Amino acid sequence: MIKINKSTFIMILYFVFLLLPIYWLLNMSFKTNQEILSTFSLWPSEFTFDNYIVIFSDPSWYGGYVNSITYVVLNTIISLAVAIPAAYAFSRYTFMGDKHLFFWLLTNRMAPPAVFALPFFQLYSSVGLFDTHIAVALAHTLFNVPLAVWILEGFMRGVPKEIDETAYIDGYSFFKFFGKIFMPLIASGIGVAAFFCFMFSWVELLLSRTLTSVDAKSIAATMTRTASASGLDWGVLAAAGVLTIIPGALVIYFVRNHIAKGFALGRV
Amino acid sequence: MKKTQNQKAWFMVLPVLILVAFSAIIPMMTVVNYSVQDTFGNNEFFWVGLEWFEEVLHSERIHDALWRQILFTVIILAIEIPLGIFMALHMPKKNGLWTSICLVVVALPLLIPWNVVGTIWQIFGRIDIGLLGYTLDQLGISYNYTQDTFDAWFTIIIMDVWHWTSLVLLLSYAGLRSIPDAYYQAAKIDQASRWSVFRYIELPKMKGVLIIAILLRFMDSFMIYTEPFVVTGGGPGNATTFLSIDLVKMAIGQFDLGPAAAFSLIYFLVILLVSWVFYTTMVNMDKENE
Amino acid sequence: MAKITLSTLAHSYLDNPKSDDDYALKPIDHIWEDGAAYALLGPSGCGKTTLLNIISGLLKPSSGKILFDDFDVTDNDTSTRNIAQVFQFPVVYDTMTVKENLAFPLKNRGLDADYIEKRVSEIAKMISLDDILDKKTNGLTADVKQKISLGRGLVREDVNAILFDEPLTVIDPKMKWELRTQLKAIHQKLGHTMIYVTHDQTEALTFADKVIVMSDGEVVQIGTPTELFEKPEHTFVGYFIGSPGMNIIPAKVNGHKAIIGDHEIILNDTYGKLDGKVELGIRPEFIKFSDDPNALPITINRIEDVGHYKIARTRFQNHDINIIINEGDDFSKDMHGIIFDTEKINIYENDWRVDP
Repeated sequence: MIKINKSTFIMILYFVFLLLPIYWLLNMSFKTNQEILSTFSLWPSEFTFDNYIVIFSDPSWYGGYVNSITYVVLNTIISLAVAIPAAYAFSRYTFMGDKHLFFWLLTNRMAPPAVFALPFFQLYSSVGLFDTHIAVALAHTLFNVPLAVWILEGFMRGVPKEIDETAYIDGYSFFKFFGKIFMPLIASGIGVAAFFCFMFSWVELLLSRTLTSVDAKSIAATMTRTASASGLDWGVLAAAGVLTIIPGALVIYFVRNHIAKGFALGRV
Repeated sequence: MKKTQNQKAWFMVLPVLILVAFSAIIPMMTVVNYSVQDTFGNNEFFWVGLEWFEEVLHSERIHDALWRQILFTVIILAIEIPLGIFMALHMPKKNGLWTSICLVVVALPLLIPWNVVGTIWQIFGRIDIGLLGYTLDQLGISYNYTQDTFDAWFTIIIMDVWHWTSLVLLLSYAGLRSIPDAYYQAAKIDQASRWSVFRYIELPKMKGVLIIAILLRFMDSFMIYTEPFVVTGGGPGNATTFLSIDLVKMAIGQFDLGPAAAFSLIYFLVILLVSWVFYTTMVNMDKENE
Repeated sequence: MAKITLSTLAHSYLDNPKSDDDYALKPIDHIWEDGAAYALLGPSGCGKTTLLNIISGLLKPSSGKILFDDFDVTDNDTSTRNIAQVFQFPVVYDTMTVKENLAFPLKNRGLDADYIEKRVSEIAKMISLDDILDKKTNGLTADVKQKISLGRGLVREDVNAILFDEPLTVIDPKMKWELRTQLKAIHQKLGHTMIYVTHDQTEALTFADKVIVMSDGEVVQIGTPTELFEKPEHTFVGYFIGSPGMNIIPAKVNGHKAIIGDHEIILNDTYGKLDGKVELGIRPEFIKFSDDPNALPITINRIEDVGHYKIARTRFQNHDINIIINEGDDFSKDMHGIIFDTEKINIYENDWRVDP
């Protein structure tokens, strides 16, 4: 049951603060551009789905979403694929230069994307990967891989080495042990890492805009290109914005139970 | 857990190394390259040594951007950290429907693409079509974030607080949730005041996550680009041109590769320094806990 | 110090308890005498922590009343009941020094600084913390931290009772003994009402004047350690206390004879008619091996050497019987008979002890 007390009241005030701008966006997305520019109202006087229809029917709009989801998923897969073995190594072994490597990895998370904008542009152009999904996916690994390694290492440290050793004694090969025993144990860690990879890749603008132009243009780039022209179609822009919030909202809803646990253990 | 020595572990780390090397080292080499060269055009470069670095370090434009950045970072830290902690203290402590609702609503701003955050506030602050702008205008307060410096700063700051306080909140909350009930019970028995409970039990136990929150917010605010860019484009004039915005302008806008590269390296070095502090603090904290 | 009365106190964690099983704590009436040291003994889940939390006020009972010195405190908050509690793991204020920790409860009550200073050093000396008063607490060992926890309870002169919830759980075995001794000494010196929850019978039997044994939410027996040992009221008590526990063998009881299997034992007392499950209980300490032809015939499974005594694991028909063989006792491996000390035999009907 929901207890009503001072804390609840304060939380609700905070909710109002957080939800008001989002509500406003929602509000605008259901108005025609005319109505937006002519009258000011807290809800649409003429409720319309037109803006959304534009997005779903115009390839230059919905393509943006498809592109974004594509490179985000690619990035998550790649990041996890390389981070998992590396995290395992860091959690179980010491080796020459291990501490320095770990630190260097962390520094990449701290790198200002602005510093890499131009170099990436030149790098990916020179290998013919400009305007591809894989380019953005790879570019985002710059900050997602260190994060994934960091989170996963934290979770893996919580699994005692004795479990590895027992598996080997029981006759498991390394790969069998890893797949059948180890991965299930760190499943929530993988979930948390995947969540953050998704989050940071999905929300990023600078690199995704720099590295794409037509074929792999992200929705963020599409929206900002629209916004830099004058004579804006606010309604469509608002609808586009609302649609970008939905994947995020869905993801939070599904991982809500792991969020607090993951934050504490995963040392974001 | 005692780790075993095993040089073969390098094989497991190799994929990460190759990937990040490709993503980080090669571009960095390009940057270093540009930072010590100049061009006549037509892709002809010649060595100029540390000239660009000198120019950047003495550049008034960059100094201004740096001061703006520092001011911005200080302000948002001063607001977001206490606010995040305060809200975390009011989050429900037991699992249930209300807790789920709280977590979802609180986390929402964090998952919105940064440009959409910018767009939301760009709209929200307009006098003609935005709730905030319209309301302020109706109240007789003059408010125009595209032309007035104070309004521009105000808008960007409140946008950042709206966007990122939840991160501080969620981290602090995770720290709070890890405190065993017995501490609160003992405090009750000792007749401790609410403030004492915060000062002697909650704050010390949240120290770890708070350090992470502060440093993360410091780093990310120091690198901020998208949100202010969408709302004000760096304006009015230079009023909200923070370091990253200035750098991108230089590199991609003006194609001043030399200065941009030198600037990049210095920028990166500053962040590296703070990372090092971050890392050392965390390692010491982990040692304390073991 | 106070007398604590439990009046038909019961607790269920469910909103609508329907049967006995829904109760974590079944109805209990008991008076805790002022100044006595009690142990609440029982296995995990028997309800002892529930009971302790009700007494301290951290939990409100779903039915019944609790009184301190005849004042109804059932609805009172923990802070007004003036009790002290020591938890399973040390709860100290890490950022404060030992001295500040001990002074904390007194400061919160707004007492005079001089008085606080005096009182803190008095108590610190009593629990041998006086040489580390100015040290910060977060580097100290678990046993010292528990003493600090205890100290915070002792500094308040008017504390009604001190409650301990399995406080030695995280302490090293060597320190456990020392701490137990110190606790007993403190009790003897200061005379607080102390209630000590534990699942360790050694702790309970050495600490308490009176032991309350609980099982499944019910109080099964209240008595001195000796009473619990010699006359367990319930087979559970017999089995739980003692190492190994009491031997409980199904028997037919007829007047002053007990028949186990086909063997007859003459009892010291005469019993009336008994219904239901009838059992004979005898502790391993009170059984001896014998060559006497009338002895109960058993086969020896194995002998365990525990140091200065041995445990014989034997079998009679299909019942296990344990026997403790002391150093001076008459014993050889080919002895096949055992004799019970008839004075120490207890008869149980449906798990409850029958008075002859």
